[in-house]
Amino acid sequence: MDALTLLPWIFDGVTGLALLLLASWALASPRLFTGIVMFVAFGLMMSIAWVRLDAPDIALAEVAIGAGLTGALLLAALARLTAAQAAQESASQSAKRKRTLRLFQWAPALLLAMVAAGLAYAVQSLPPDSAGLSADVAANIARSGVSNPVTAVLLNFRGYDTLLEILVLLLALISVWTLGGLSPQRTVPPGPVLDVLTRVLTPVLLLLSAYLLWVGARSPGGAFQAAAVLAAAGVLLLLAGWRPQPRFTGIPLRLVLVAGPVLFLAFSLVTIATGRNLMEYPPPRAGVLIFLLEAAATLSIGVTLVALFLGERPPDKEGQ
Amino acid sequence: MTPSDYAASVLLSVGAIFFLAGTVGLVRFPDVYTRLHALTKSDNVGLGFVITGLAVQSGSWFVVGKLLLIWVLVLAAGASVAHLIANGAARRGIPTWTR
Repeated sequence: MDALTLLPWIFDGVTGLALLLLASWALASPRLFTGIVMFVAFGLMMSIAWVRLDAPDIALAEVAIGAGLTGALLLAALARLTAAQAAQESASQSAKRKRTLRLFQWAPALLLAMVAAGLAYAVQSLPPDSAGLSADVAANIARSGVSNPVTAVLLNFRGYDTLLEILVLLLALISVWTLGGLSPQRTVPPGPVLDVLTRVLTPVLLLLSAYLLWVGARSPGGAFQAAAVLAAAGVLLLLAGWRPQPRFTGIPLRLVLVAGPVLFLAFSLVTIATGRNLMEYPPPRAGVLIFLLEAAATLSIGVTLVALFLGERPPDKEGQ
Repeated sequence: MTPSDYAASVLLSVGAIFFLAGTVGLVRFPDVYTRLHALTKSDNVGLGFVITGLAVQSGSWFVVGKLLLIWVLVLAAGASVAHLIANGAARRGIPTWTR
């Protein structure tokens, strides 16, 4: 074995080892901030691993949502957590409360163990030596309306999975709004550098989001990646001190939030009513329909992610 | 190997050396300000060499344009973020290293 064939093995080995180390540091670090930084680094390494596995679509989603936006959400949560903890510690912290807290630390571990057992069972029950479904996808791709097999699966063959994913995000936002959130972060004046960077990057990010959405029909890209870039623009704007005007945060914001799920549901109802299968696209118009659904989904997912970063429900015109 | 392949491998290697130097600086330098200094140099120049090396090999002006766009965006983001981190550190009163 000469050096050039050995090189990919070394590269993959280092990547895998780094992933394991970063994951353990992210879980075990005593400081939450360090844990979050390790988690973001883990996301970046994970996206490299996905590229090595020939899955650029997942790599894009991992780096944009897994590392970028989840990292921003975690940091925003940490900033609120430290503020809330400081307020609580000045009140009282009895030994009993500490014991309940320790009890609750076991609950996530138990849930994770159950998920792991379920996954192990699912892997065990897979048929051995299966060729997978890629041959079926390749056989039907001409009728799907797009030429990127990942988009064909996500939006056409398994469209209801994507619908449920969008609904999960919406559910998360509704939960955050219902819980009322914590007081907003202390806002530091952004300063000229962040201000100029935001002004320069926002149009570029909007353009990139549209590009990713458009190119998703043929090559890696699509609604979730485009939405993540859109949300990045929103997070940047929020960090620079921008807040949506109250006249947009009432009904208009809610309309944008539900546009994707509502279009998906309406389309599903129409397909059932016209005697087709659930979310079965009529082949001649499949491409256009997929693009419209993806565009609405991009807008909804992006705005949902930004609203999650903002945390609490923005005040609207009625003043509540 | 064609001449452009040789040029690309030289450029990529020089870029890798800059990244290595930046990483050594990040690990070895004494405080946040000097570490940022090392990191941004390697990001800007090292990535410039890597991008040039890839552009020489790409053989398509469209790809060259996209690579250049990536470099410009990383330059803008890297410089701004370095400034923001240094500014935040200074505001928290983290002292600069003195011998």
